[in-house]
Amino acid sequence: MLVAVAAAGGAFLAFGPRQSPTSAWEAIYAKPFQLVDQDGTPVTQANFLGKPSAWFYGFTHCPDVCPTALAEMSGILEALGADADKLQVVFVSVDPERDTPEIMKDYVEYFDARITGLTGQLDQVTTMAKDRYIFFEKVPLEGGDYQMEHQASIQLVTADGRFSGTLASEEGFETRLAKVRRHIGNN
Amino acid sequence: MHKIVIAAFLAFAPTAQAHDFTAGTIFIDHPMIEEAPPNAPVIGGYVTLHNNGGTDDRLIQIESSAAEKVEIHKTTVTDGIARMQPLTEGLTIPAGDIVWLGDDGTHAMFVKPAKRYQVGDEVPATLVFEKAGRIDITFKVEERSLTDGPGHEGHGQ
Repeated sequence: MLVAVAAAGGAFLAFGPRQSPTSAWEAIYAKPFQLVDQDGTPVTQANFLGKPSAWFYGFTHCPDVCPTALAEMSGILEALGADADKLQVVFVSVDPERDTPEIMKDYVEYFDARITGLTGQLDQVTTMAKDRYIFFEKVPLEGGDYQMEHQASIQLVTADGRFSGTLASEEGFETRLAKVRRHIGNN
Repeated sequence: MHKIVIAAFLAFAPTAQAHDFTAGTIFIDHPMIEEAPPNAPVIGGYVTLHNNGGTDDRLIQIESSAAEKVEIHKTTVTDGIARMQPLTEGLTIPAGDIVWLGDDGTHAMFVKPAKRYQVGDEVPATLVFEKAGRIDITFKVEERSLTDGPGHEGHGQ
């Protein structure tokens, strides 16, 4: 069955996608990267394949969107109960210059110890974001500070590294939960 | 004895309890901060402002000894990208209207909190209005909703 799906996907690509963008079919999350998790342990793309995943790209100097996204993912993990094991939740810092592994650890584990926090060198994060069509940009604030503009939604990714949809805060909890259930059920 | 028990009970009553302040014709309802991770470098504050007067007013600044500074911002999500901008003109509260700092991505950002603020804590701040002047208030730290965006629970009700 999986082979058939993969083959169908391949054929679809070969003959040109008609509806979905190519990125929906390419395994962009299987492209190589090297970052560190919140314990400072080096990780690569391989650590996050083999299981459906949900990715959020944010930063800790973020008063609303980022803590909200993480709290909402924590709420979804709670609601999934035992099924939470079928999903990997990853928070990637797009502000790795300030977000050290130590900061990421306190931050993600406050929301849910099952969430993995990733940081690293800025160029490593930049490469990953480009590979995955994720936007982020540093924008100066008054007084020498800066903030990050970043992708607001959570990206759902299949076990074999294909983007398969997003979760947005404004959709409401039940909609997001239903999407996640479908996401982990189909993999 | 009875009174003491009741007082103790009230002190530990649910944090979403209303608390409010008045500055001239501005009624300030339920200033709250959502509890953030222990080392969060910024925390978000929200408040509902009723203008019961006949002229528009503006919240121009928030000061607090509990943070390095407090900025009034608006976060917008356009084409899926979150962007935060300072509300340099402050927040207008039209005459007779109710404005929620928290609506439409608006928030007070407490930068570098002096300590970790947890559910139940009170964070002192001064709201500065163009016409109603300065008023000292406290933001109550409340639990963050696991299901909804900032400050959705019980704001201004």
